[in-house]
Amino acid sequence: MPKDGIGASVKRKEDYRFITGQGAYTDDIDRPGQTFAVFVRSPHAHARIASVDTAAAAAMPGVVKILTGADYAAEGLGGLPCGWQVTGKDGPMVEPAHPPLAVDRVRHVGDQVAVVIANSAAEARDAAEAVAVAYEALPAAASIEAALAGGAAQVHDEAPGNLCYDWEIGDKADVDAAFADAHHVTRVELVNNRLVPNAMEPRAAVAEYDRATREYTLYTTSQNPHVIRLLMGAFVLQLPEHRLRVVAPDVGGGFGSKIFHYAEEAILTWASSKVARPIKWTAERAESFVTDAHGRDHVTVAELAMDRDGRFLGLKVDTKANMGAYLSTFAPCVPTYLYATLLAGQYTTPKIWCGVQAVFTHTVPVDAYRGAGRPEATFVVERIVETAAREMGIDPAELRRRNFVPSDAFPYQTPVALVYDSGNYEGTLAAALAAADYNGFAARRAEAESRGKLRGIGLSAYIEACGIAPSAVVGSLGARAGLYECGEVRVHPTGSVTFFTGTHSHGQGHETTFAQIIAERLGVDIDAVEVVHGDTSKIPFGMGTYGSRSLAVGGSALSRALDKVETKAKRIAAHLMEAAEGDIEFADGQFTVAGTDKSVGFGDVALTAYVPHNYPIEELEPGLDETAFYDPANFTFPAGCHVCEVEIDPETGAVEIASFAASDDFGNVINPMIVEGQVHGGIVQGVGQALLEGCVYDSEGQLATGSYMDYTMPRADDVPSFSVSTETTPCPHNPLGVKGCGEAGAIAAPAAVMNAVHHALSSRGVSRIDMPATPARIWQALNAA
Amino acid sequence: MHDFTYRTASSVADAAAKVAAGEDAVLMAGGMTLLPTLKQRLAQPSDVVDLGGIDSLRGIQVSGGTVTVGAMTVHDAVANSSEVAAAIPALAALAGHIGDPQVRNRGTIGGSISNNDPAADYPAGLVGLGATVCTDRREIAADDFFTGMFETALADGEIVTSVRFPAPEAAAYMKFPNPASRYAIVGVLVARTAGGVRVAVTGAASCVYRETAMEAALEGNFSPSALDGMTASADDLNEDIHASAEYRAHLVGVMARRAVAACG
Ligand SMILES: Cc1cc2nc3c(=O)[nH]c(=O)nc-3n(C[C@H](O)[C@H](O)[C@H](O)COP(=O)(O)OP(=O)(O)OC[C@H]3O[C@@H](n4cnc5c(N)ncnc54)[C@H](O)[C@@H]3O)c2cc1C
Repeated sequence: MPKDGIGASVKRKEDYRFITGQGAYTDDIDRPGQTFAVFVRSPHAHARIASVDTAAAAAMPGVVKILTGADYAAEGLGGLPCGWQVTGKDGPMVEPAHPPLAVDRVRHVGDQVAVVIANSAAEARDAAEAVAVAYEALPAAASIEAALAGGAAQVHDEAPGNLCYDWEIGDKADVDAAFADAHHVTRVELVNNRLVPNAMEPRAAVAEYDRATREYTLYTTSQNPHVIRLLMGAFVLQLPEHRLRVVAPDVGGGFGSKIFHYAEEAILTWASSKVARPIKWTAERAESFVTDAHGRDHVTVAELAMDRDGRFLGLKVDTKANMGAYLSTFAPCVPTYLYATLLAGQYTTPKIWCGVQAVFTHTVPVDAYRGAGRPEATFVVERIVETAAREMGIDPAELRRRNFVPSDAFPYQTPVALVYDSGNYEGTLAAALAAADYNGFAARRAEAESRGKLRGIGLSAYIEACGIAPSAVVGSLGARAGLYECGEVRVHPTGSVTFFTGTHSHGQGHETTFAQIIAERLGVDIDAVEVVHGDTSKIPFGMGTYGSRSLAVGGSALSRALDKVETKAKRIAAHLMEAAEGDIEFADGQFTVAGTDKSVGFGDVALTAYVPHNYPIEELEPGLDETAFYDPANFTFPAGCHVCEVEIDPETGAVEIASFAASDDFGNVINPMIVEGQVHGGIVQGVGQALLEGCVYDSEGQLATGSYMDYTMPRADDVPSFSVSTETTPCPHNPLGVKGCGEAGAIAAPAAVMNAVHHALSSRGVSRIDMPATPARIWQALNAA
Repeated sequence: MHDFTYRTASSVADAAAKVAAGEDAVLMAGGMTLLPTLKQRLAQPSDVVDLGGIDSLRGIQVSGGTVTVGAMTVHDAVANSSEVAAAIPALAALAGHIGDPQVRNRGTIGGSISNNDPAADYPAGLVGLGATVCTDRREIAADDFFTGMFETALADGEIVTSVRFPAPEAAAYMKFPNPASRYAIVGVLVARTAGGVRVAVTGAASCVYRETAMEAALEGNFSPSALDGMTASADDLNEDIHASAEYRAHLVGVMARRAVAACG
């Protein structure tokens, strides 16, 4: 094995440029003659636009052009499309128009009304302030509860009662029957708090039109440039793919929020041909807060039926999910197919029913955010299982063990559509409990009590469906795209390699991980490998990065392309060594003939492919450049157990995380250091959701947490040093045996933290604390108990 | 940011003249509050007069039981001064818990107190320690300096030059930070001084104030138990998404007890 191959903690190749400030992000791109755009945005959550007067603004210094919703509508172009159609009990979801510039109504604070393009950003901002929009403010429905109340303000006329869809999975009567036999039923009410994604790099875009070639180029902060090209080209602006190039250069974090096709991308591209100059837009942080799609925002009631021994008989879940004001690109699938299908968790619960009502509100659209649906599902399952254990007087670890899908039961068909491929839930539970010194907890609690502190411990045995996704399956569920991945391995004449991938790295370290796989397979030095992503003019095609899919799907495409390279290289090597193709072996970069001492190096074969003097030219094309598309056979199912221990100061309500241990099964691991980093980041985001981050809208629909003065991002000193380890059951259906690790921490951690918080507070009679469990909330609950 | 004219100043008098000359001029210390305000277009000054070039406004002097901190001294310098740590450890500790390292290396005592954010730490430090604010025109007792939310006794164009702290017999500052901003939700400075016990509270109300009932209780018995069961009155305390008035009132009691305990 080469030293930088599979399994090595290779330092990330990309980090030199990132930590020395040499990254090239969208805002770093400056094009000759560039102009600057500033969007005029609604200050109201809901208002009728009586008029938009741009005359004064147009006369301001440096203004190049001002475009309004009426201008856009006049050209008969499309609205922002939704990529997933969910069909509910009463038929397809309501899919209201989403104009990229509002025409007669605004539906959330931040909704864009006009764009001002000027010679400088400062001039554009000055002029944007001078655009006179006459709003007639209307009542708003700014929360799920408010939107579902009788007489609520309507977000869209075509969605009566603000309902987007009312969907269900499972047979309710069947589940009710299981409850009839129950020895005990545990019921929980849960709020999965709304989150603001807050990537470190705000969204930005530069659009440019070349009159000579009639080609548009859009540089944008995207996790999936081909998807943006498809959606914007085909559905919004009606531009053909060959005249539309989308580039997502270095991107500073996405967490889901940069999957979606946003209005600014379409408007800049559209406007770039009108002004015949490049246009740049970079969101300010305050703008990001009111325009990036938010995450989570569920309200749920769940019930779990058990027999005398605590065996799960049935689970009923009723969820209301906030969609925000418009349907963002993947919003409808998040609280349905990415959520309810995970409600079996790691357990053999035989009967499950889940109903989901998706609700429009006068808030920023809500869509996938790190974990997307699976954190919400894990929170439901793991909060109710832990609560059930406490109510039944069974140790929470033991109750889980009694109900785990056993290791010999795979593949395992759950009652909610998915087939789990492999796993070892006892193994990850045991490893996490050992790392957390679960057995020593009672002594630590007693010691904490002597200091006047409340100590609690909580588990979260999570599962996720990753490696998104088998195209035919998601197509049958309403996806309007395939979810395969594409990779091209271009071996150069001297044996170095460029790999073109349709996935996109915005912090995940793909330039290293993929290079390790290539180094391992071809026996080349890792520095002889370059990974290219994020440019539709270079990469054949791709669906991008989200849903922990890059390695499981994109890595599989790479693996398939490498198979093709190896097959062809073996034929060339056979010719060079005058041997039969079937006798050629390839290892450590050397082709050998079995049973002889003949050998030829990979570099020589590559050179021969491009300098085909001694070459089987009649049978084989020159060159060594192979592309593969890989469509997964199933989802992958990373799973594991996280254990959190907290200490609460009852005088102030402050929570300190005393320890956090994670044991995860991600299948085979390519780079343990990168995996550990992904888990760390995920846990911090999960801790953020549990204890710190809470997006608050007031009843008028104004965002009360619109800056870091009020929205609490997790900081390094909010978390302890983590204990992180992996237990491996390889994925049986992809060539690398990998499952994905990017979302696990964010999925597992909230339930672990909140179970620990509830455990700590249980001695004081507190039974319910919602996320984020801030000191104020905890003190309030302690006081009320 | 709207356009403005940037001006440097060579002396306090020069700065005062430039502020007076400007149509709507403002002083700038480290810009930690001023610059975000300008960037958000919440202010549109004609001139920004930078105090950064005036060396006489920077520095710490400790002599005869008095610590004098120049207006342009950054929080980090106070936090890491061994002389301050020896004379008034509570003051060094207070400065060391303001914001983050970047803020502590730009933000100044003069800027902080002139701004008088209701959740800022220094106002509790000044009032709790019975400090005196020196300006280019006069001296103002801390008790009279902080007059309301973002309001001070400073006249238009008046420049803070330094703050004089008498060293107390004992003092401690306890801060319960806002989880998001890390300003104080409640911060309490308790000091035992020659002139009596002082309990100054920031974060809880619209402006720093003294908890006179707690001062009286501690006057007779300077121990945490003297404050048992005591909270602030929730009337007129701040209420926001982070903390109710009742919670703040409760925290005043908790932080005050912890501060007394920390006085040793
Ligand atoms: C991220 C962040 C976190 C922070 N956290 C905290 C915290 O936890 N606790 C806390 O107490 N503070 C905190 N602050 C505030 C910080 O401590 C600064 O002291 C404060 O912002 C003032 O900044 P400055 O000294 O740079 O003054 P500037 O921003 O330059 O000026 C502030 C105001 O004071 C006026 N001014 C400045 N100097 C003088 C003078 N000598 N005479 C008269 N007027 C003057 C200016 O005209 C302006 O109106 C934080 C700030 C930031 C940005």
